[in-house]
Amino acid sequence: MDEIVKDFLIESRENLDRLDQELVKLESSPSSKELLASVFRTIHTIKGSCGFLGFVRLEKLAHAGENLLSKLRDGELTLTSEVTSGLLAMVDAVRQMLAAIETTSRDGEEDYKELIEHLAVLQVSPSASSKGIGAGAAVQDATSKSPDAPDAIQKALADPARIGGVLLERGHVSPEDLASALEQQELGRKKLGEILIEKGVARPEDVLAAQKTVEARNPDAAIETIRVGVNLLDRLMNLVGELVLARNQLLQFSSTRQDAGFQAVSQRMNLIATELQEEVMKTRMQPIGNVWDKFPRTVRDLALSCGREVRLEMEGQDTELDRTIIEAIKDPLTHLVRNSIDHGIEPPTVREQAGKNAAGILRLRAFHEGGQVNIEVSDDGAGLNAERIRQKAIERGVISAQQASRMSDRDVFNLIFLPGFSTAQKVTNVSGRGVGMDVVKTNVEKIGGTVDVQSSAGKGTTVKIKIPLTLAIIPALMITSGGERFAIPQVSLLELVRMDASEAGKGIEMVHGAPVYRLRGRLLPLVYLNRELQLAPKSPVDAKEDSTANVVVVQADGREFGVVVDEITDTEEIVVKPLGQQLKGITTYSGATIMGDGRVALILDILGLAQMAQVISAQDSALEKEEQKVARVEATSGSQTLLVVQCGERARMAIPLSLVARLEEFSSSSIEMAGDQEVMQYRGQIMPLLRLSRVATSEVAAPVKTDGDSRLQVVVYSEAGRSVGLVVDRIVDIVDEKLLVQTPAQRQGVLGSSVVQKRVTDILNVPSVVRNLIPGFSESSSAT
Amino acid sequence: MASTQQFCTFFLEGHVFGTPVPKVQEVIQHQEMTRVPLSPSVVSGLINLRGQIVSAIDLRRRLGLQERPAGQLPMNVVVRTSEGAVSLLVDEIGDVIEVEEETLEPPPETLQGFAREVVSGVYKLSGRLLLALDIDRVVDLSDQIKTKATREF
Repeated sequence: MDEIVKDFLIESRENLDRLDQELVKLESSPSSKELLASVFRTIHTIKGSCGFLGFVRLEKLAHAGENLLSKLRDGELTLTSEVTSGLLAMVDAVRQMLAAIETTSRDGEEDYKELIEHLAVLQVSPSASSKGIGAGAAVQDATSKSPDAPDAIQKALADPARIGGVLLERGHVSPEDLASALEQQELGRKKLGEILIEKGVARPEDVLAAQKTVEARNPDAAIETIRVGVNLLDRLMNLVGELVLARNQLLQFSSTRQDAGFQAVSQRMNLIATELQEEVMKTRMQPIGNVWDKFPRTVRDLALSCGREVRLEMEGQDTELDRTIIEAIKDPLTHLVRNSIDHGIEPPTVREQAGKNAAGILRLRAFHEGGQVNIEVSDDGAGLNAERIRQKAIERGVISAQQASRMSDRDVFNLIFLPGFSTAQKVTNVSGRGVGMDVVKTNVEKIGGTVDVQSSAGKGTTVKIKIPLTLAIIPALMITSGGERFAIPQVSLLELVRMDASEAGKGIEMVHGAPVYRLRGRLLPLVYLNRELQLAPKSPVDAKEDSTANVVVVQADGREFGVVVDEITDTEEIVVKPLGQQLKGITTYSGATIMGDGRVALILDILGLAQMAQVISAQDSALEKEEQKVARVEATSGSQTLLVVQCGERARMAIPLSLVARLEEFSSSSIEMAGDQEVMQYRGQIMPLLRLSRVATSEVAAPVKTDGDSRLQVVVYSEAGRSVGLVVDRIVDIVDEKLLVQTPAQRQGVLGSSVVQKRVTDILNVPSVVRNLIPGFSESSSAT
Repeated sequence: MASTQQFCTFFLEGHVFGTPVPKVQEVIQHQEMTRVPLSPSVVSGLINLRGQIVSAIDLRRRLGLQERPAGQLPMNVVVRTSEGAVSLLVDEIGDVIEVEEETLEPPPETLQGFAREVVSGVYKLSGRLLLALDIDRVVDLSDQIKTKATREF
């Protein structure tokens, strides 16, 4: 195929994609002259090029569309959805013709006569289209006379980057002459300069000079960018992958040599390779908008056919990710968008009854976070019905009734990703979703991503997708277990915990035979990698000498668990290589990589490991949830701010500062009694008081001394609008400390002990203390 | 005129096995391997073949023969399959020989175990028999992988 035709195809495709968007936009703001002008220009360009290349049929079709558009532009017609549909149909037809040109180098056999006629009829009156043909004559008549296009002229005049503007600016042509020339230009396909010269209103040399100025003012974008085949980029990426491997080997080799010169060179090489890798990676990055650009059209068509009113909002279009990933998420995203319109957003009448705006909002959001790309598809539709899904899941035997009652709504919502649900038409009707959601999940997981669904009844549904930026080269943590090396992708990594010989035995506890570790008060299920992988445990001799335990805290599917490994080596950039077909059935590995020493190491698939070890959804009880809530605040950073208080003679306690509402000082005389509960009036509420010394020493509360007017230190804790005052003897300090709970809790209300400021300090589990010791508090706040 | 075919031969427990030469990508020395926990036992591990990661299948195990004596290092016969390269671990490498199609006979009834499935025929050579392997079946372990039931919920 001719190079020129190829360029035409590529250019036209891009133009058509833009047309799709612009037409849909135009529909919502039909009076936008700028949009109309842009649409018109695009069609005009296509028409012009195919006339030049001899694609007669294509030209005819584009011409019909152009005529219709010129009517719109001149204000003779207003844009209705019917006209938009007609224009979109034309865009589709042009696309098909382009496809034909690509395969056969000819513009196909189909001449789209009906469509052209339809477009002509639309020109007369959009509503007349149903009345059939016969309007053809009027069409001819209507097109023969071109009306004024004052806006276009105004624009041309005002635009100094166009030839008319330049000529006017320099006084080479009068505004009147220019206006009439522009009118004339609308009729034909001549250049403005030519018309002006023909008319004799401008001298050729002036026009040429103006032409040069215009070119200088519009630096051609093509000079800045060149088109490069995707294959070439892929090949480059592979080569860089190999280079990174060789670099790793070189570095390892150089570290064994005592040659300063050699080491300097390999360091330099290291830097260059890293930089090169980053740059090559960038060449493959594309804004997610490239996929989203298709959605306004999809949404419009779907909304029309489903009888919905939908407003599409997009945020973060320029979020970039690797093109392979863009390709991979195209279908899942389209699917989610379809689902939202088809099942999520209710028909306008239903919405109005529910007190919502008739037009539903479909929002696409993309942003970078923690080395990953987050994409959210949310709607403000009916939401998922957890109860219905539960029932259906039980009916279908996916879960037992007992399981269902234990499951949180969040887990229930995620049931819609099970394959069983996708085919169940009934479920989709009642619950709102399900068709092919399993496909969405599989596709996203295939590229190392995760999907999560959040919903609230009546308010809408949000599907959150997290995907890695790139697939080819990933940072990973290298560990050993049972004498074998493994890589854990950094994306699933949360933190590393090392327990010394003295703690290793104590930190790990058993819950019904399942090992757990208390990590800052939260129970972390543990997975022994050597057991799961059926590797030999460390030999007893080793175990005696070195009984430290290394826990790699990871997350999969939104759940956290600890992987116990023998040794944590290093982090490294690894190149992911696929495993052979013989090993595809093993879900615990996502691939393999070649290490610096040339040996192969397996990459662990954390999700697969979690599923095999059955830790996912193992931590679901209400108690743990509560503890997680406490822990979540703390988990955000390694260290946390603690309020250290003294209660009783010797007991020191620490309270996470995030749980403290206020610190107050009261006179002991302000204590009143309600039943046998000490209370106090505080900000218009009756606030129960709790003497922490009771928790600290587990003694029966010492009788309240009311002799004299002593001062009372109170830590106010608030939950769901209710406050409790924790009475302490003294507020010691506020410290930032990395919290490692070392001794498990012996008493109720204490998460465990830790060393804070070099002194053993109990970590208070405030929610649990409050619930246990203040009667009635849990009832009123159990709804939270 | 009898049609002939070139076979790459190798030895396992003293038996002569072979596969058509075009199927063989290369023959290499014993390589260090990375074990793949939970994999079918016939997969000995992964080797690094010039930057490409290749699974190594122990042919002794695949054919249900006895374990290779400790200390005897296997050779790698890297074969081409539709799913990429796979390495077959053999005791020793033999010559490349030409066999006549006429001497081919179906595998004898007495063949045991997996060997029956993966031996496509027997060529009668002078003085010994060449067992021809069906490489695509050798590397297809779908019958071997015990897919661990991943718990749904």
